[in-house]
Amino acid sequence: MTEPTALSLSVEDGIAVLTFDLPGESVNKFSPAVIEEFTGYLALLERDQAVRAAVLISGKPGTFIAGADIDQFLAFRSADDAAQASAFGHTMMRRIETGRVPLVVAVEGACLGGGLEFALAAGYRLAVDTPKTVFSLPEIKLGLIPGAGGTQRLPRRIGVQAALDMILTGKNVRAKKAKQLGLIDEIVHPSLLREVAIRRARELAEGKIPRIRETRRRTTMSRALDDTAVGRAIVLRQARQLAMKKSGGNYPAIPAAIDAVRSAFAGSESAGYATEARLFGQLAMSSVCKELMFLFYATTALKKDAGVPEGTVVAKVDRIAVVGSGFMGAGIAAVSAQQGIPVRFKDTALERVAAGLASVRDVLREGLTRKHITRREYEDRVGLVSGTASYTGFGRILLVIEAVFEDLGVKHTVVRELEQVLPADAVLATNTSTIPIARIAEASARPERVIGMHFFSPVHKMPLLEVVVTPKTAPEVTATAVEFGRRIGKTVIVVNDAPGFYVNRILAPYIAEAGRLLDEGVRVEAIDRAMRAFGFPVGPFTLIDEVGLDIAGKSGAIMAEAFGDRIRSSEALARVVAAGRLGRKGGKGFYGYDEKGKRTGVDRAVYALYPGGARKTELSAHAIQQRLVLAMVNEAVRCLADGVVRSPRDGDIGAVFGIGFPPFRGGPFRYIDATGAGEIVSRLEALAATHGGPYVPSDFLKTHALASRTFYPPTGKPV
Amino acid sequence: MRTSPLGGPGSGQRVAIIDGVRTPFAKAGTFLKHLGVIELGKLAVSELIHRTDLDPASVDLLTFGTVIPSVLAPNPAREIALMPLLPKGVQAWTVSRACASANQAITDVADQILLGHATVAIAGGAESLSNVPILHSRGFSDALVAASRAKTPMQRVQSLAAIRPKDLIPVTPAIAEPTTGETMGQSAEKMAKLNGITREAQDALALASHHGAAQGTADGRLTAEILSIFPERGSRTPITADNGIRADTTAAQLAKLSPVFDRTYGTVTAGNASPLTDGGAAVLLMREDVAKAAGLTPKAYIRSYAYAALDPGEQLLQAPVLAAPLALRRAGLTLDQIDLVEMHEAFAAQVLSNLQGFESQRWAERAGESKPLGAVDRAKLNLMGGSVAIGHPFGATGARVTTTLVNELARRNGQFGLMTVCAAGGLGFAMVVERA
Repeated sequence: MTEPTALSLSVEDGIAVLTFDLPGESVNKFSPAVIEEFTGYLALLERDQAVRAAVLISGKPGTFIAGADIDQFLAFRSADDAAQASAFGHTMMRRIETGRVPLVVAVEGACLGGGLEFALAAGYRLAVDTPKTVFSLPEIKLGLIPGAGGTQRLPRRIGVQAALDMILTGKNVRAKKAKQLGLIDEIVHPSLLREVAIRRARELAEGKIPRIRETRRRTTMSRALDDTAVGRAIVLRQARQLAMKKSGGNYPAIPAAIDAVRSAFAGSESAGYATEARLFGQLAMSSVCKELMFLFYATTALKKDAGVPEGTVVAKVDRIAVVGSGFMGAGIAAVSAQQGIPVRFKDTALERVAAGLASVRDVLREGLTRKHITRREYEDRVGLVSGTASYTGFGRILLVIEAVFEDLGVKHTVVRELEQVLPADAVLATNTSTIPIARIAEASARPERVIGMHFFSPVHKMPLLEVVVTPKTAPEVTATAVEFGRRIGKTVIVVNDAPGFYVNRILAPYIAEAGRLLDEGVRVEAIDRAMRAFGFPVGPFTLIDEVGLDIAGKSGAIMAEAFGDRIRSSEALARVVAAGRLGRKGGKGFYGYDEKGKRTGVDRAVYALYPGGARKTELSAHAIQQRLVLAMVNEAVRCLADGVVRSPRDGDIGAVFGIGFPPFRGGPFRYIDATGAGEIVSRLEALAATHGGPYVPSDFLKTHALASRTFYPPTGKPV
Repeated sequence: MRTSPLGGPGSGQRVAIIDGVRTPFAKAGTFLKHLGVIELGKLAVSELIHRTDLDPASVDLLTFGTVIPSVLAPNPAREIALMPLLPKGVQAWTVSRACASANQAITDVADQILLGHATVAIAGGAESLSNVPILHSRGFSDALVAASRAKTPMQRVQSLAAIRPKDLIPVTPAIAEPTTGETMGQSAEKMAKLNGITREAQDALALASHHGAAQGTADGRLTAEILSIFPERGSRTPITADNGIRADTTAAQLAKLSPVFDRTYGTVTAGNASPLTDGGAAVLLMREDVAKAAGLTPKAYIRSYAYAALDPGEQLLQAPVLAAPLALRRAGLTLDQIDLVEMHEAFAAQVLSNLQGFESQRWAERAGESKPLGAVDRAKLNLMGGSVAIGHPFGATGARVTTTLVNELARRNGQFGLMTVCAAGGLGFAMVVERA
């Protein structure tokens, strides 16, 4: 063969060493071509009687095998198609498991999905304990289940409980934990990996290590639950109940994974694999899988797109400053410290700084409590945040993020003060959520250095960052803000400066219409329940309670001023805000809270504030969902038409990661594509007839529908 | 004639003191009690790096002084240098020269800069007297060591059986001279008697120390060198000042205190001695041309320094009287050219004895001088108090005194400053700094 190949073979003293190094890729993954090559090599080894055992090792530092190349999933035309691909995988794994030549996998780096399934079929699993060496079955995150025997071999290897935990969460397991679980046989120092793998291969060949053996350390409890039919039934039932409760029944891969695991113990081995293949096939064709794959492609594409021309210089930010030590400022400081970035943390008074630092420590302590970090690492991180009430220590800061009180005058003062102390090439980012960036930049002598970095609360949990640019913002300023956002683990979309930016702008009509439903007499819990059933993590009133009614009210007023009749005022919402109910932080909002802050249900007193009194209107969940979702979707399209978001992709990512728009629906633009733009327009027009403003479809959307266009290509890679 | 090797004005090679930062000094057992030497050092170094807008990658080395050694981290300077703010390649070592330990760190750095081994370095010191290691008795240690070496269980039991009840009493290190067995306080008491220092004179100096420090705290001159502590436990109120300074103390109150070391004829009291203190301090030093290239304005430059020693059994804390003339001679200066003097106050009796020594022909001859340095103008001495009021974390004091001196000298637009530090073992230190 003249083409570069994924595998290379060397045979030393009867032991074959296969090195997997996919040309032109940063990671090793299984594509049909790679599998074919593998199969060819396996046949070769089987035939060659001089080869007694084999080792598979990766030629790429940091990755063993990252799983299947998911591009191939896009080619499936039917469930049968996909099931067949799964069966094809089963054949190869079976060959590895039972073939004449026993195989040792030598794992350094990520061993994911199909990579782990491959390892499970091998005769011996050797690994190193480096931070990059992790084991997982992440298929569930794409709405799938493992399709190359993972649901069968994993529970047999490590028990039903541990296997379900891995399959249902897709979480990473480090080598040490993998050893405890019995997932791997042995951990060695990286420099010995190859040598020991060869030795173990020889021992397998000589029968000194049996090919079938127990690797788990067993407790009586785990034996009772994993090794008896009754125990497994209990585990599976509990898993199903818990998973359904958490997922709201919107993710078919969850029950499918549980069914597949059950089948591993229910009948013959081949029936188990057949079940896995069948379920994998069904899921691969599901809309949920399609949308989750879209999100995967979209976020991957976004990571390569800084929203500025390629080659734009990014400032080397080795230290940042955060001005304003409130909850947001503290969150930004904490996530920066988590990434090892020193922070100068400034507020006007040391008492405020002290309160902010206490919040920073609270966030950082979560890692300590969960044992993700050591005491020493915790102290190092705390030590990275340096509190001050003066502007000392700003002379070398290339990125400052202000998170002071949301008042234009205060922001202007801070901008002027900062420009006295910052280097001229510093980026001045503002974390405002309501004030246009251009207004804030009016106080700046260097408006091209001013940018919005809109974080979401709580900063350490919310994955999205909106980087907001004005027409004056310099490209390298944008690039620096985007780069920093990514460094602290955020999914970053670049949006143009307009009231509410993108996320809050599409949220505004959604919330306003939720308020209008109250005016119409619909119950708080009916609305929240309907939106959760649609797939939002929480309903709108739970969201308002968490954000705080004062903030939500203030933001709503600004949006209403900017967008007129598209944001309709709600009498009920206004009255609840006016009643001084602040939400969770005040102990009462739409819901009541006990002394410990635990929510106790909808506060009946809220109903007395309805304009129609205690009169209740019953509206179907579907009607509620359409009212709220279409208001949001319609505004999202306006944002695209107005150039607030650069692409449907950014609009979908913003909605999913910023608001919790149901991931299995892909986002507002994917929702339009899936429903059909014409259908959306006619639903909007029907609602507009009664409710007006927010439902009047934009010309952009109408033209789009008339031309029967879609936002994404209907087949192939979505982005 | 100038005999100092420490660069010279115009050479661009002088050792520049860029700035200094310290923690508030806390009486032992108070707000810094949860922090050890390493944590205190990290706090000071971190704030120093931030305040000076320093590029951490430019730091060549770090050295820290401490007096009471840590058994678990024998080189605390390295532990401090391993803070995430600094690159891992900053080499570091720990020095110990009793109460002049931070001075030793500073002069080590000065030497390294003058040798051309470094251009940017951090020196400092820290002490936690709240975290003094408590030791096992000799008998207990011997038994444990023997037990750990035992080859059979019976031998082990036999080794442990050798422990006697008195062996179980823990040993607390005393601040005493190994050669004479004299505690620091007893030495001060002896010096007061030998030099005829009265109780009234000592109390007056203590009073001036408290009032000066209180004034410096109130007007912010002293607190300018202090970083803010944001306690993690207990009250969250930030701490920005030393807690040993008593603005309201009076001569009458000081006079009421009983002598501690000689209850019958003694004059040294808790009021005219420095208290047991926790704290950390750090100073940034650079070669002059490197500082200028970085756009920094040094507070001052080191012009000369000197160490001296005498018999600890004689007058333990009198060696500054030998070191100061040497430092001045090396600087090519006389006392009357000095604009500001900072003297470490271990005890009021020691300060007054030192001052007396400066005026004494006998001490001048011992220092190899033909005539005494002369009287220190009290209007130039410890204007913001000293260690009696501010506190004295052994390892940190030298860096604190340096910082206080260069800050006040700059504020007063003076040209030359002199500092002295007495230290256990009969050691003394003096350093001359210059501006511009």
